[in-house]
Amino acid sequence: MSEFILELRGISKSFPGVKALDDVSLKLRPGTVHALMGENGAGKSTLMKCLFGVYNMDKGEVVYNGEAVKIANPFDALRRGIAMVHQELQPILERSIAENIFCGRYPAILPGIVNHAKMNSDTKEVLERVGLAHDPECKLSQLSVSQMQLVEIAKAISVGAKIVIMDEPTSSLTMGEVEKLFSIIRKLRSEGVAIIYISHKMDEILRISDEVSIMRDGRHIGTHPAEELTTDMIITKMVGRQMANLYPKKSNVPGDIVLEVTNYTSINPRSFRNVSFALRRGEILGVSGLVGAQRTELMEGIFGLRGTLSGTITYQGRTFKCSRPKDAISHQLALLTEDRRQTGIFGVLSVADNVAVASLNQYKMFMGLMLDFKRINELVHSNIQKLSIKTPSPQTLIQSLSGGNQQKVIVSRWLANDPDVFIMDEPTRGIDVGAKYEIYTIIADLAASGKSIIMISSEMQELIGMADRIMVMCDGRVTGFVEGSDMNEEKIMELATRFESGMGGLDAKAE
Amino acid sequence: MPKQNESSKDAVLNFLMNNAVIILLVAASIAVGIMRPTFFSVYNAKNLISNTAVRFIIALGVSGCLISKGTDLSAGRAVGLAACLAATFLQRADYTGKVYPNIGDINIAVVLLGIIVVITIFGVFNGIIIAYLKVPPFITTLGTQTIIYGICLVFTGAQPIGGLRADYTDIASGSIFGVTYLPYLGLIAAICGFIMWFTYNKTSHGKYMYAIGGNESAAEVSGINTKATKIIIYATAGLLYGIAGFLLGAKAGGTSVNAGFGYELEAIAGCTIGGVSTNGGVGRISGILVGVLVFELLKIAMVFMGVEPSYTYIVQGLVIVTAVAIDMRKYAAKK
Repeated sequence: MSEFILELRGISKSFPGVKALDDVSLKLRPGTVHALMGENGAGKSTLMKCLFGVYNMDKGEVVYNGEAVKIANPFDALRRGIAMVHQELQPILERSIAENIFCGRYPAILPGIVNHAKMNSDTKEVLERVGLAHDPECKLSQLSVSQMQLVEIAKAISVGAKIVIMDEPTSSLTMGEVEKLFSIIRKLRSEGVAIIYISHKMDEILRISDEVSIMRDGRHIGTHPAEELTTDMIITKMVGRQMANLYPKKSNVPGDIVLEVTNYTSINPRSFRNVSFALRRGEILGVSGLVGAQRTELMEGIFGLRGTLSGTITYQGRTFKCSRPKDAISHQLALLTEDRRQTGIFGVLSVADNVAVASLNQYKMFMGLMLDFKRINELVHSNIQKLSIKTPSPQTLIQSLSGGNQQKVIVSRWLANDPDVFIMDEPTRGIDVGAKYEIYTIIADLAASGKSIIMISSEMQELIGMADRIMVMCDGRVTGFVEGSDMNEEKIMELATRFESGMGGLDAKAE
Repeated sequence: MPKQNESSKDAVLNFLMNNAVIILLVAASIAVGIMRPTFFSVYNAKNLISNTAVRFIIALGVSGCLISKGTDLSAGRAVGLAACLAATFLQRADYTGKVYPNIGDINIAVVLLGIIVVITIFGVFNGIIIAYLKVPPFITTLGTQTIIYGICLVFTGAQPIGGLRADYTDIASGSIFGVTYLPYLGLIAAICGFIMWFTYNKTSHGKYMYAIGGNESAAEVSGINTKATKIIIYATAGLLYGIAGFLLGAKAGGTSVNAGFGYELEAIAGCTIGGVSTNGGVGRISGILVGVLVFELLKIAMVFMGVEPSYTYIVQGLVIVTAVAIDMRKYAAKK
C-alpha cells in the first residue's frame, strides 16, 4: 500500500465564466489531519465537492487506496468510505436522529422493511463515540446547531469512513464544543482515519492539523507540515498576489455623515451585535468578513428584513425605527440583496416590470387609478441605456438575461427611487469578469454623484480596489475599520479572524 | 436555404404549440358543427355565452389568487351562498312558499349590493388569514368553503328557493335590443372582464400581484405591501363571486344549497387551461376566457353529440390534464 490513502491529481473544474479549479493536486496520508486553507472563493469547497461526487470534475483523477476511482455521486463516495460534514447542514428536521444517520441505507429485516431496533442501537453506539447522550429517536429539530453537527460527524463515523471531510465544522460551535470536536478528531486520527479539515481559524488549524495545504484562485499553492507554519506565513500565502488594474478610477469625495447606525443588535444572540458605524455622503464603505461573520444579516437588519433587539439608525439627523423594508425605502435606502434569484429578480416578469416594480407609486395618474405607462416606458428605456443593460427588448423575461445584466436591472430598479444610500450585498457574485467591471463603474459613478454605498464582498481584492474605507466583521461584531495604507489583505484577514476568546458568555446563552 | 426552412418550420411549430388549445377548440367546434348543424344555431350561441359568462366571472376571481401563488377553494360555495341570498330576497310577492312573506319587493340593485358586500367580507376574511396568520391559501379557503356551506345550510334550512321575480330572471334571459346572441349575461361578463384586464395590466395593484406571485421575498424587499395586496386580491375575488352568484340564481330560476358546488375546481381548471401558472406570476385575462370557453364548449358539444352525461366527466378530466400538459411543454421547450 502506498504512503497516501488519497491522491488528487490535476483536478480542474470550470463553471460558466469562472475557472474554479485549475490543475489542483493534493495528497492525503492516513491517520493525519490535513488542513485546507484559502480565501472565500479560493476553490476549497469546490475541490471537496468534486471529491465527494457532488460536482463532476472536468479533468483530473482521484487515486484512492492506490487505485484510480471515479466517484459518481455522494452515495458512491459514502460507500467507498469517504464522508463529508457539510458547512451548511442538511438535516431532516422532523425525523429522528437515527433516521438522519441511516438515511438511504436503513438496516433491513426483509427487503424494504426497516429494522428499527438495530438502527436505534447502532445509532446509540455512534452517538456515544461523539459524546451525545440523546435518545436515537429524538427528533433532530430538538437539537441545537452544534449538536446537529455532531450528528453529522456520527453519521460519518457510522459508515466506517476512511476519509472524513469537515467543511468549517466549528463555524457554529462554542469554545467548549470545539474542544469536544477536537478530541473526537484526535480519536479518529488515532484509528487511522484521514481528516480533511477546512477552516478559516488560524489558531485551530495550527493546533489540530498535521499538514496544511493552501489554495488561492483555484490553484494549489503549497503543502507544508503544520509545525513549520505561523499565522502570518499562512496569510501571506493565502493572499499573496499582485493587484492588477481591474477597477475604474474613482473621483468621489466623501462628505458629511449621511447615515449613522448605533449599537445595532439582532434578536438572534448568535447574529450581529453592538454594531456602530457612520457613512458619509459619496463614500464607498466596504464590509469584509468571513463566511458566518453576519454581514448579510446586519444589512438585512438595517433594511427591516430581520428583527433587532436594540440600536438606532439615523438618516440625515433623523432617527427612525426600521421594522420593514418600506421604512428603509422611505428614508432613501436601497438594498441589492445577496441572492439575486431568491430575493432579487422576478423571473417570470419582463425586464420593464422588474425595473419599475419598486417605484410604481411615482407613476400613478387619474387619482391613482391607473399607471402612466408612457412615463414608465421612458424610465425603463432611459435606465436600459444608462446602465447599458443588454436585453433584446424591455418585454423580454428577465430570467433569460445573463447574471450581470440581471444585476444591472435590479440596480436600475432602485435608481428609479433615487435613493441616497445604496447597500450592495455581493454585487458581483456570479458575474463574469467583463460585467464585473461594468458594475464597478456603476458603483464608482454613483459615489461620484454623491450617493453613499455600503458594499459587502467576500472578495477582498474587490473591496480594496473599490472602497474608501473597509469595515471588518467577525462573528457578528465589528472588529475594526481600515483605510489608506492599512487597507491590505493581511490587516483585513487579521481583523476578520479576531474571534472572541473566552466564549464563556456565549456558551451560557446557548444552553 | 435549409436554415431558413428550418426556422420557418420552427416558427409554425411554435405557433401551433403556443395556440394548441385554441386550435383544438376551433377544430372540435367545426367537427361537431358539421355532424350536428344545429350546433351553430343562434339559440346555442346564446346558451354558450350565458353558461360561459357566469363561469368566466368566477374564474376571474380565482385567477388573482392563482397568479399571486395562492388558490381559492371557497369560490364555489361563495357563489352558492350569493345565489341563495339573491333568490331569498327576490321572490315574487304572490309566491306561496316565500321564505320571508312579510317583506315587500326590495329594489334589485339594493339586493345585488348587499350580496356583494356579504360575499366580499368572506374574501377579506380569507385575505387576512392568509396575509397575517400565514395559513396556506389552500387550507384557509378549504376552511372558508366549509364555513360558507354551513352558513348557507343554516340560512336556507336546506330548502330549495323558487318563485323568483321576473325582473330578476330577466337579467339572465334578456338580451340587448332583444338580439338573441347578445344576452345581458355576456355584456356583464364582458364588463367584468374589461375591469379585471384593466386592473391586472394598468394599475399598480396588478403589477404588485404579479410581483408577489413571481417572487414574494423580492416583492417584500422592494417595499411592496404584500399583506394589503393579498387582502385586496381575495376581497376582489369575493366581490366577483357575489356578482356571479347573483347571476347564477337568475339563470337557474331558483336555487338550493347545492348551487355552485364544485365551481371552484372548474374555475381553477379553466384558468390553468388558459395559461395561468399555478407556480404564480403568470396569467392573462384573454387566456382565462379561452380556458373557460374550452370547458363550456366541450360540455355543449358533448350534449350535441349525445354523449351520456356520466361520460362527460371522464372527458372533461382528460381535457384538463391534456391541455395543461401541452401548456407545460411550451415552457419546457424554452429551457
